[in-house]
Amino acid sequence: MSTSMSWIATDSWTMTRRELAHWARQPVQVLVGLVFPVMMLLMFTYLIGGGKGIAGQYAEFLVPGMFALTMVFGLDATMVAVTQDLNKGVIDRFRSMPMTNGAVLVGRSAADMLQSFVSLLVMMAVGVAIGWRWHGSFAAVLAAVGLLLMLRFAMLWIGIHLAMVAGRPEMVAAVQILVWPVGFLSNAFTVPQNMPGWLGAVVEWNPMSATATAVRDLFGNDPGVAGTSWAADQAGLLAVLWPVVLVGIFLPLAVRRFTALSK
Amino acid sequence: MAADAIIVEGVRKRFGEKAALDGLDLRVGSGTVHGVLGPNGAGKTTAVRVLATLLRADEGRVEVAGHDVRRRPDEVRRRIGLLGQHAAVDEELSGRQNLDMFGRLHHLGARHARVRADELLERFGLAETGRKAVKRYSGGMRRRLDLAASLITDPEVLFLDEPTTGLDPRGRAEVWESVRSLVGGGTTVLLTTQYLEEADQLADRVSVIDGGRVVADGTPDGLKERLGGDRIDVVVRDAAQLARTAELLPEGATVDADRRLASAPVTDRMEALTGVVRALRDAGIDAEDVALRRPTLDEVFLSLTGRPKETEAV
Repeated sequence: MSTSMSWIATDSWTMTRRELAHWARQPVQVLVGLVFPVMMLLMFTYLIGGGKGIAGQYAEFLVPGMFALTMVFGLDATMVAVTQDLNKGVIDRFRSMPMTNGAVLVGRSAADMLQSFVSLLVMMAVGVAIGWRWHGSFAAVLAAVGLLLMLRFAMLWIGIHLAMVAGRPEMVAAVQILVWPVGFLSNAFTVPQNMPGWLGAVVEWNPMSATATAVRDLFGNDPGVAGTSWAADQAGLLAVLWPVVLVGIFLPLAVRRFTALSK
Repeated sequence: MAADAIIVEGVRKRFGEKAALDGLDLRVGSGTVHGVLGPNGAGKTTAVRVLATLLRADEGRVEVAGHDVRRRPDEVRRRIGLLGQHAAVDEELSGRQNLDMFGRLHHLGARHARVRADELLERFGLAETGRKAVKRYSGGMRRRLDLAASLITDPEVLFLDEPTTGLDPRGRAEVWESVRSLVGGGTTVLLTTQYLEEADQLADRVSVIDGGRVVADGTPDGLKERLGGDRIDVVVRDAAQLARTAELLPEGATVDADRRLASAPVTDRMEALTGVVRALRDAGIDAEDVALRRPTLDEVFLSLTGRPKETEAV
């Protein structure tokens, strides 16, 4: 048992190295992946906030929301990567070798989580440059980053699962479009109180909104605007629960799909 | 341990309505090269995928290198190498990075994996490719890297699924050369192919499969003998001499007036050739072309299955 456990770790590391080697060979792609959320952040800060004449203040509200949005958009990145991988012959070689099967998925998740973490650091730096600040303790900042990465982890397994269900590059485009409403029907840009009632409810119960509200709270970015509903009150709890539930559903499904490739 | 490196008994595999394997039986002796010959859609690739633990059969028993593929897939995977129809390497990485990665995944350890990667690159003439990504390799180089990746652990059993399909003659010769050098090392090879010539060049025994089951097997020579063996074709200048020409050919000659062609089965190739050439000259017949040829795969299938080879894609 202990040997097979250590092979899981070794194989997972080998597969993570593979992803890192891909990065080293495609620096432009890596850069684009980091620049895209920064571009979104700047665009919305100055377009919406600037349009209202409150760019500096709006950044306080928007920046944590954009962190959460970036985590949700990671779903699409993961799905693209897994779909590409599954359509490559190399997967057959992995599966005909005595390696731990799940290591392919572990390598993927390690690389994606690392990418998202780096992306988050870059966005925080840009946020500070455009006037966003955190007002809480260092521990609170760490907790906020932790919640964001939990959301990313949930999106990761949804992305892997969808890639295996859909399996074809043309299906990825459909999911890429569907990620947008999930990301935008949230409280990332505006508060739900100003929306029509039904939309406000959808937005408040969006898992991404829970994370956005919770991290605003932890960063000390104007928590009062979140709303007064139960979902808004319990955002911290929901920001933990949603990812745990989503991972609880999609991780086993994804792993089962992966092993079922041999049926 | 059994002397047979591969035992396949009554294997069936359906995809929806279609039976890809319909009671396949195979036995491959240790250290031999076994050719599986068949047209597209005959079940060759499905068979290889079942044997290489990539696909689970619906019915039947499969043992590879002494282990049941369903019950002990990990034991089988430790002992096999697979060269699929499409290059199973990471196109974004270099050849060295690929082999190093596969070595680690075979649990050789980091240092041994690196040494092994260098050995294989050297052996397959890829040492000079350096950091170049595999997607920039030529078709032949890619195949050789793929083959190298299949040989990381000196497998007991190697599966080659149409190893030369899509390669130019030079790439094909390179792969054949590599396969021959392996056999000396005692590796059991199962090779699928659409080309009779390839089976003839490489295999000790051949199973012809069609519709997911074996329709004939034996040594390449034995099969060819049963299938009528080689033929001699004579094309004459003057169609009026065709009937006379057919009389000079060995027994069983047929004529095709449109092509001014007379054709007959032969048993001893050289004797038939020299005999026919002399007879034609003595009779004063002017031949445009005299040629010995192997039966084509189409003729093989026609004689084995009573219908022409299907050309549908898989």
